[in-house]
Amino acid sequence: MNTPYSWIKAYVPDLDVTPQEYTDAMTLTGTKVEGYTRLDKNLEKIVVGEILSIDPHPDADKLVVCRVDVGSEVLQIVTGAPNVAVGQKVPVVLDGGKVAGGHDGGPMPEDGVRITAGKLRGVMSYGMMCSIEELGSSRDMYPDAPEEGIYILPEDAEVGADAVELLGLHETVFEYEITSNRVDCYSVLGIAREAAATFRKEFVPPEVRTVGNREDVNDYIQVEVKDGNLCPRYCARVVKNIRLAPSPQWMQRRLAACGIRPINNIVDITNYVMEEYGQPMHAYDLDQVAGHKIVVKRAEDGQEFQTLDGQVRKLDSNVLMICDGEKAVGIAGIMGGENSKITDDVHTMLFEAACFDGTNIRLSSKRLGMRTEASGKFEKGLDPNSAEEAINRACQLIEELDCGDVVGGMVDVYTTALGPKRIAFRPDWANQFLGTDIPKEEMLKYFEKIQLEYDEVTEEVIVPSFRQDLECEADLAEEVARFYGYDKIPTTLPRGEATTGKLSFKLRVEEVARDVAEYCGFSQSMTYSFESPKVFDKLLLPADDPKRQAVTILNPLGEDFSIMRTLPLNGMLTSLATNYNRRNKNVRLYELANVYLPKSLPLTELPEERMQFTLGFYGEGDFFMMKGVVEEFFDKIGLHGRMAYNPEAGKPFLHPGRQAEFSYQGQVLGYLGELHPQTAENYGIGERAYVAVIDMPAVLPLANFDRKFEGIAKFPAVTRDLSMVVPHHVRVGQIEEILEKKGGKLVESYHLFDLYEGAQIQAGFKSVAYSVTFRAKDRTLEDKDVNAVMSKILSALAELGIELRS
Amino acid sequence: MKERLEQVCQEALARLETADSMEALNEIRVAYLGKKGKLTEILKSMRDVAPEDRPKVGQLVNEARAQLEGRLDGRKRELAAKAREEQLRSETIDVTLPAKRNLVGHRHPNTIALEELERIFIGMGYEVIEGPEVEYDYYNFEALNIPANHPARDEQDTFYINKDIVLRSQTSPVQVRTMEQQKPPIRMIAPGRVFRSDEVDATHSPCFHQVEGLVIDKGITFADLKGTLQDFARELFGPETKVKFRPHHFPFTEPSAEMDVSCFKCGGKGCRMCKGSGWIEILGCGMVHPKVLRMSGIDPDEYTGFAFGIGLERITLLKYEIDDMRLLYENDDRFLRQF
Repeated sequence: MNTPYSWIKAYVPDLDVTPQEYTDAMTLTGTKVEGYTRLDKNLEKIVVGEILSIDPHPDADKLVVCRVDVGSEVLQIVTGAPNVAVGQKVPVVLDGGKVAGGHDGGPMPEDGVRITAGKLRGVMSYGMMCSIEELGSSRDMYPDAPEEGIYILPEDAEVGADAVELLGLHETVFEYEITSNRVDCYSVLGIAREAAATFRKEFVPPEVRTVGNREDVNDYIQVEVKDGNLCPRYCARVVKNIRLAPSPQWMQRRLAACGIRPINNIVDITNYVMEEYGQPMHAYDLDQVAGHKIVVKRAEDGQEFQTLDGQVRKLDSNVLMICDGEKAVGIAGIMGGENSKITDDVHTMLFEAACFDGTNIRLSSKRLGMRTEASGKFEKGLDPNSAEEAINRACQLIEELDCGDVVGGMVDVYTTALGPKRIAFRPDWANQFLGTDIPKEEMLKYFEKIQLEYDEVTEEVIVPSFRQDLECEADLAEEVARFYGYDKIPTTLPRGEATTGKLSFKLRVEEVARDVAEYCGFSQSMTYSFESPKVFDKLLLPADDPKRQAVTILNPLGEDFSIMRTLPLNGMLTSLATNYNRRNKNVRLYELANVYLPKSLPLTELPEERMQFTLGFYGEGDFFMMKGVVEEFFDKIGLHGRMAYNPEAGKPFLHPGRQAEFSYQGQVLGYLGELHPQTAENYGIGERAYVAVIDMPAVLPLANFDRKFEGIAKFPAVTRDLSMVVPHHVRVGQIEEILEKKGGKLVESYHLFDLYEGAQIQAGFKSVAYSVTFRAKDRTLEDKDVNAVMSKILSALAELGIELRS
Repeated sequence: MKERLEQVCQEALARLETADSMEALNEIRVAYLGKKGKLTEILKSMRDVAPEDRPKVGQLVNEARAQLEGRLDGRKRELAAKAREEQLRSETIDVTLPAKRNLVGHRHPNTIALEELERIFIGMGYEVIEGPEVEYDYYNFEALNIPANHPARDEQDTFYINKDIVLRSQTSPVQVRTMEQQKPPIRMIAPGRVFRSDEVDATHSPCFHQVEGLVIDKGITFADLKGTLQDFARELFGPETKVKFRPHHFPFTEPSAEMDVSCFKCGGKGCRMCKGSGWIEILGCGMVHPKVLRMSGIDPDEYTGFAFGIGLERITLLKYEIDDMRLLYENDDRFLRQF
């Protein structure tokens, strides 16, 4: 929404503020001004000049030398414009003045173009005659400007006068961001009403008279509305003896300032009233309306219709149509038809001002892919009462500007009139709600300015129909607050019962995950929750893998973002690949984010969201480094016991011999491994990469932050080294399991200090050496204690084919 | 005898002064004080001395011995000190050589900003609550006073799974879930991912984060909302920060406002960051709409409350002067290392 300052001032005559004051104050009462443009920003020293003589340039065929009277003096000006003639009045920028742009209408420089006296092909020129483009506008907005050359001013222009003034360019245009609830502010009058209330000035809307001759409109047109829900009101008036001509300068200037191109008096009046009242109107050539009858009804499914832009549209029964006695003539509220549009030889015109159901218009225009100026207004849900006012205003302008003869009367199909509503309002409650102490009289003054009445008897506010956004007492409190000033409302803190600020246990565990990952050199990454269904192939998942069952987005941004991830790896691997491609070395990343697992497809209830702690790296490090990070995390969240690693993790995207699923107390918590070379290739990661995925919901029930001091050992430890010859297929994890199980409480710790396979060891075996530390809490261990345990351990080891090295 | 003693003694002392190693000192000790040492020999020759003179001579010998031993110890200490000094001198390092640092990872700037927000609100007694990212239409819209076909639904460009399930377009549904589950007083913030179908560019991402806030209690006022958010802004951006509340519209709050803070880069004078205005828009807020309270099972005649929603990425980009939102989701190591 744009409005020129002068148009607002037309309805708030006492308004006298700078553009910045206007911007700030309006924004603080809720009509947000996004910005403003001064049309004369770069127009300096531009006056009306009269061309006294034109002589050929001695050295240039395409240039002429003019003598121009600018009031204070007569200047010699050289020009190349083809359209100059003696006696013409033209805008002249004087030596040292400024214009907005070049004569070709290209992009305008921020600071304009400074004009100074200088020689043109050897002849002095003391200024410049201006085209409309040089004045910062265009032929679209000044249709009377020549296609090429100098803008010619009216003959009665006073020589030496301010040409910018004459052109209506001493103007500031404000751009607003109107919130969707304030339908009334999508109009000049609505904004002017807010401006009057903001600056506490009088609001003087145009006085609308009902004009018309002695004829009766009902003799010209009949209207039938078949669907009153979709069309609560339909007003029609008729104008005959149309006299098409350009509209007056003042109207053209106001439309141009709003960015609307002046066309002719009838079109301009329609647009003018649409801006003024926010009410779109449509004009039909009455002679093309069969049976002089209008029927408002739903379209047939599959019906086709050619709109006035020449396009054929396919309709359905939810689209509301304007029809005549035989055929459709327009899509209600969106666009008229080719068959009834106004042409230059129109004689009698039917004016329509209606109110259509906003939602229906919005949905229809979306379905048809047609968003027009009119539909943009209707879809917000207009006040049916503004239709009558707007159509009368238009007819009044038609008469005032003598564009035709208005036929008396109006056809008005308005079954359920929308009257003002009443909302209970307690000033004390409002003060309590806002935390203010505003006197009731003050509140009522604010209301009065925006045309809200207060009924003292019933203690109700009477709300006019154009404020459909006001529904409850809290809405009225807002009206009070914004005119009292949000800035004047005090700042306090909530009193009442204290509450405990805290993070949930889940969030605390995630915090530890971040800490551990970062201490171990991993940086936090964030990736999108949706991805392409192609990732399953990239990750080598078999066709029947349950992880391929993903939640699908109906309206994704494209196939690449169309499913909700069921695995966290794609984001991680994509990020690693990005880094690899950018030649970043030794990259370690982690992410904490959800995967989305549907309970059934298609979705009938919300999918399960499982937080995944994913780590990935390439560069320095190996499988066991990653394993260390995982164990460090588990240790920090209280999982102090032994993790079990199962090499049969079954992850197709990982190296088959370098992957493991890990579990704790029988509960699977995640997996880790080296990336399968094929997966790495699919992502374009040219180095060995490792990933780990920890399923946080599985971890949470096991995690705890309770710690108990166990004392520092008082009795000495006994250490025994176990040098073993172990069959190749036995994993050290199995040995450790035996050490734990058979060693019982006496085994304090153990550590692998040698692992060897090769020359001195017989084929099919490896040499494994552990150092085992025994200790009792309550006594010094004797050899016999340790020996008893050792023999249990050794016999269990023997069962696995393990022998001590001799 | 006495002369001989003195001579030996002088000789030994002289040698001690020139000895330059522990070994040399030891040799001297053996040469004079050892079993066959010169001083010991003098002692042995006592039998040649007249018995009445013996005590006196013995005393002389002992004195000489003590003198020698004392000096020997002194010399040992001197040499040890010199050796220590020598060692320290030889071990001098160039302390300006590069440090050996552990490879430590970096937190995502979004998380750093979020943790700061959480710290502030936890300090004010707010609980941090989470809600589902794939959400029922009811919680994302209906219960927030955005019924079917409401224009606000178009404004938010929501991703749909089906007609009842959406990717939440805001964290506000957590308000409703919290009000359904908890009795007032409620003070909570709900950070999390939200989704809107915006094409990716320097200022848009289809996946981003919001932090919702909700306070419900008896007698909560608009002034409380202002005071709380002003305190928050001063904590986050510094004590000099000014705030400005502008009327706005959200379907689920009434009155509604947007809050601007004085530009923390230029202090309000106007710069590139605040586009010359001196103010930066930070969040949307308002008093919880009575309809929303009622739908969530809270009696609006008994309780009032306020809610606010902060775009986390907005805070992150502003606070760390990041000029392109895409950087947040690319995870380039060279980017992450700067936080």
